[in-house]
Order: sequence, then C-alpha cells, then structure tokens
Amino acid sequence: MANQISVGEPAPGCKKVDPILVAKNVTRQFGGLTAVNVEHLEIPRGQITALIGPNGAGKTTMFNLLTGFDKPNTGEWVFNGHNLAGVPSYKVARLGMIRTFQLTKALSLLTVLDNMRLGDQKNPGESFLASFVRPLWKSHEKKITAKADELLKRFKLDAKREDYAAALSGGQRKLLEMARALMSDPKLVMLDEPMAGVNPALTQSLLEHIKGLKDSGTTVLFVEHDMHMVRHISDWVIVMAEGKVVAEGPPAEVMKNPAVIDAYLGAHANSDLGDVNIDDAKEGI
Amino acid sequence: MDWLNILNLTGGELIGAYTAAYVLCALGLAMHFGFTGLLNFGQAAFAALGAYGYAIATLTFGWNMWGSVAFGLICSAAFAVVLGIPTLRLRADYLAIVTIAAAQALRFAFATSAYDKVTGGANGLSQFGEDFYSYNPIPEGRYPLGALDFSEKEIWIRIVGWSLVAIAAVVMLVLTRSPWGRVLKGIREDEDAARALGKNVFAYKIQSLVIGGSIASLGGMLFVMSSQTNQPQTWGTNFTFMIWTVLLLGGAATILGPIVGGMTFFALLMFTQGILEGLVNMGWLPFLDIAQVGQIRFLLVGLVLMLLVIFRPQGIFGNKKELQFNG
Ligand SMILES: Nc1ncnc2c1ncn2[C@@H]1O[C@H](COP(=O)(O)OP(=O)(O)O)[C@@H](O)[C@H]1O
Ligand SMILES: [Mg+2]
Repeated sequence: MANQISVGEPAPGCKKVDPILVAKNVTRQFGGLTAVNVEHLEIPRGQITALIGPNGAGKTTMFNLLTGFDKPNTGEWVFNGHNLAGVPSYKVARLGMIRTFQLTKALSLLTVLDNMRLGDQKNPGESFLASFVRPLWKSHEKKITAKADELLKRFKLDAKREDYAAALSGGQRKLLEMARALMSDPKLVMLDEPMAGVNPALTQSLLEHIKGLKDSGTTVLFVEHDMHMVRHISDWVIVMAEGKVVAEGPPAEVMKNPAVIDAYLGAHANSDLGDVNIDDAKEGI
Repeated sequence: MDWLNILNLTGGELIGAYTAAYVLCALGLAMHFGFTGLLNFGQAAFAALGAYGYAIATLTFGWNMWGSVAFGLICSAAFAVVLGIPTLRLRADYLAIVTIAAAQALRFAFATSAYDKVTGGANGLSQFGEDFYSYNPIPEGRYPLGALDFSEKEIWIRIVGWSLVAIAAVVMLVLTRSPWGRVLKGIREDEDAARALGKNVFAYKIQSLVIGGSIASLGGMLFVMSSQTNQPQTWGTNFTFMIWTVLLLGGAATILGPIVGGMTFFALLMFTQGILEGLVNMGWLPFLDIAQVGQIRFLLVGLVLMLLVIFRPQGIFGNKKELQFNG
C-alpha cells in the first residue's frame, strides 16, 4: 500500500522520504548478549513514530546509544545533518535531540518551576561569569518562566509550580519530565514509555499534547506498550525484537504483520494486536 | 568552676580567626557537596594548598601578599582540575576515594624531607605574615572586648577573616541563586537528567570544584596567618572531618548554615572543654586528666557528626526537604 513516509514499500530498515535520523550498523553487546543490532534505521521527520517490541528488545538501549548515554560497539548515525557517533550526550541535546527516561528523572529537590527552567538551553545566566551580572539574564529568565508556566498549564501541573518535584506522583513526574524536555523546542523528542504510570484520566490529554507537538513541527519518537495509544497517535511504527528491527510501517499494517505478532505475542499469535491486553501479552513473552 | 571565664572563652570562639577559617572551608564544601553533590573528602588539601602556596610564594619567591594569595589560589585551582579531570566523569564515590587519598598523599609530600628547602619538611614554614600584618591600620596595643583582651594583630586577623567570610557568603549567595547555581543543583539531583537537557555536567563540576576549593584555600591561608606557622600535620583527615561536621551541623545546601554551624561548633567545643576542665579540677572526673580533655572533645565531635547524619541530615538551617546526606 502506498504511503507518504517511506520510499517504496515499507520494510524493516526501509528508506524514508525525509529522514531526520539515519542509523547504520548500530550494535551494542553486554557481555555475550547482543542488546542492539540494527543494520539500518531511519526516523521520518515531522512524524510521530512509535518504537515497540517486547521487554528486553533493546528499545531503551537504542535510545541510550542514539542520545550518547551509551557507546555502541559499532555503528554511526546522522541526526539532522550532524554525525553523532561519539558525540557526548549533552551536545546531542544541544543539537535538538532531547530524550526522557523510562525510569523518570525528575530533579526531586528542585521546584517544579526550576525543573522547567533548567530545560531551557539558551540561558546566558548559566555561564559562570554571566551569572554574577543579573541584567544579562534577568529578561531571559522572565521569558522562560512565562514559557514554563504555559507548558505547566498544558500539562496540568501549574498548581504545583512552587512544589518540590519530590512531592509529585509518579505520573506527574513523567509529565514534568516531558514538559521539561519541551522547554528547548527540540527538533526530535524521544520519549521512553511516556504513559507508564500516568493517571488514565490524563493519558487522553497527553496524547493530544503529542499530536500537538507534531503540529508544531517537532518530530516524536516514543516507546510504548499500549497498542491502542500506538494506533491512535502514531504515523509510523517500528518493531524491535531481540535487538533487531523486525518490521515497520503504518500502524494498521504493522499490527497485521505476522512477524510482529510472532515477535510480540508468541502465544497470542491468533488475535489482533489492538485487541490484546498488553499485560497478558507480556506474560506470554 | 569559673563560669565567667568559660563563657568568655566560648564567646571568643564565636569570632575567632580559626572559626572564620573553618567557616570558609565549610562554605567551599557547601559549594561542592551541598550544591553540586560532589563528595569531597579532601577539603584539607585545598586549605593546605592555600596555606603552603601563600607561605612558599612569600618565603621562597619573595612575593608580596597579593602575589602570595594569588599563588595559593592557583595551587588549589590546579589541584581541583588535576583531581577532577580523571574522577568527575566517574561515579560520585570515586571522587570521595580519590580526594581522601590525594589529600593524604599531598600531606606526606609536604612533610617529606625531600623538598624541605621549600616546604620546611616536617617542621613546616613560619614567619610569612609580615606583609599581611603591614596592612594592619590598628595601632599597636591591647584592646579589651568584654573580659577578653586582643592585640592589634589579633583584631586585624579577625576583621580580615570575617570580611572574607562575608564576601564568600555573598558570592555564593549570588552564584547559587543564579541560573548557573540551578544547573549545579540539577546535577546534584541527577546528572544524567542534566545531560539530557544539554548541560555540560563535567564543566560545571570542575567549576564547582575550583570555586569551592578556592574558598577553602583562602580559609587555609587565614588559618596559618594568625600564628604565622604552617605545619603539615595540621592538614590531616581530622581537619576535613571538622569541616564536614561544621557543614552538616549548619546545613549543607545553605549559605548561612556553614557560618552559624562553624560558630556553634567551636563555641560548643570550647564550652565543653571549659566544663570538662572545671569538672576535672574539682575532682569529679577521676578517670580524666586535663591533657585528655582536649582529646575527649574530638571524640564528641565524632559523636555529633554521627548523630547529625542520623537525626538531622539537613542541619540546623537546611530546609527539611532540601538536601539530605545522599551524595
Ligand atoms: N547496562 C546493561 N548491562 C547489561 N545488560 C543490559 C544493560 N542494559 C540493558 N541490558 C540488556 O539488554 C537488553 C535490552 O534491554 P532494553 O534496551 O532495556 O530493552 P527494552 O527497553 O526494549 O525493554 C535486555 O536483555 C537487558 O537485560
Ligand atoms: Mg525499556
């Protein structure tokens, strides 16, 4: 079936019309275990891409490698024209590729607002000498505070702005981490299980935020186990199993792909993916 | 028991030059540990480098006070960089091990006879304060303050010491309330999160180590300036742990904490010494003699440090929620 995202038919590692990230031959071994072994992977620009796969498939490790938090055994990847292999994680972030963590990293003993302000990358007051000269950063600080307040409102955290992040619930911390990641207007946000632990009442609005990101031109790559969510918001789905990309394509097609059902579900091979309770599915793996 | 004398001596500690020196070292450590989360167990080395740097620049190079201060600062900054480059990329505990080892090694290097033409070996250095005291505007004489009585030099060193404390406190206040300080706190909370937000964690840690070390090196200079003697055994591990006690007593992630913590600590130390000595003299503590009282005090220091970490990790001034002893 034709689509606007891939060049030709969707297939594992297929080329994209307009990729923002291209990875080649990325491998990572932990002792004898090959956690990631990706021959070719392209992430389409301006789209919402879901990265799915059973636990231990290597999704988080792939995130760590791409963002410079871990070093691959082999491989190179280009983000938005920048060769990123060997580039330290903070520089990756400065290039506009911001990730969140599967295990939330809220800065507990900073206020929610300070967490947000820290997400900004252009604050002149963050340099040592300039920090002494308030006029150099006061107006910028004001600007990012306004921006932070706006985001906090969107994520329904505005009532908590003065609280320590430690006082937030697990789901709220996930939200805070995501909101904080948006402070720098990233080109690509990589969300590792953004919905895990988030209050179901909030997931719907969170989905809308993610869609909103796309509308504002941000590329989104996210790891998620909830198939309904994957179906609902993603334009493209990449499936990993045992470190490899085993399938990719538009969500409706991928969910029907026998390779996916096989990798993902094992015992549930006969049921449609969208209908499977993911907790049951995990037990089957 | 001579209560008036005990109270006077206790009050004297509140404004003592040694107290100010320890407070400076503790302020530096607050920068390292309280605001950046760096576990530095070698603060004595930074102070020692200030003291030796100053003394060597004066005695060996013949430099004046300003040059000697600058040299002391440069020595401690260089030490921070040399220690920091290999360790700050590693986990927090590595810095703790390396600083404690490096501080010991440095002390032995200062004490060894191999370089005694410069360092004075085991005897250390003395009589390097002439230029410092030449700036003293206070005329020679004795100046009573309550029941205490100070020489013009004793007053001068106290004025300079507490002015340095005030300046360091203001600088730290400005720094820690700036966006720069916010990044440090972010690193303290989770350095990977800070990296993910584009902060050059390593550079910030080095800056923090250098600045906190520089403040401590001023403390070291002050410490040796009152008696104009600098001996290697001063800079042992117990010096570092006194600083930790002062810091944790007041509150690690505060500015006022190390200041009031230092004053409280040394006043208490003097107060207990006075009481213990009084009790010994009255024959109430037959198992102690006067010479042992000085050592018993330090046993109490260890006890206080332990109790603090267990029962009030945030210190006197620490916000209940901010900063626990969590490295
Ligand atoms: N630091 C590590 N050391 C050893 N093995 C690891 C490490 N990180 C991940 N692994 C292993 O690599 C595999 C992939 O893990 P991960 O990337 O976390 O999977 P996913 O996020 O897809 O669930 C798993 O088998 C995991 O046990
Ligand atoms: Mg994972």
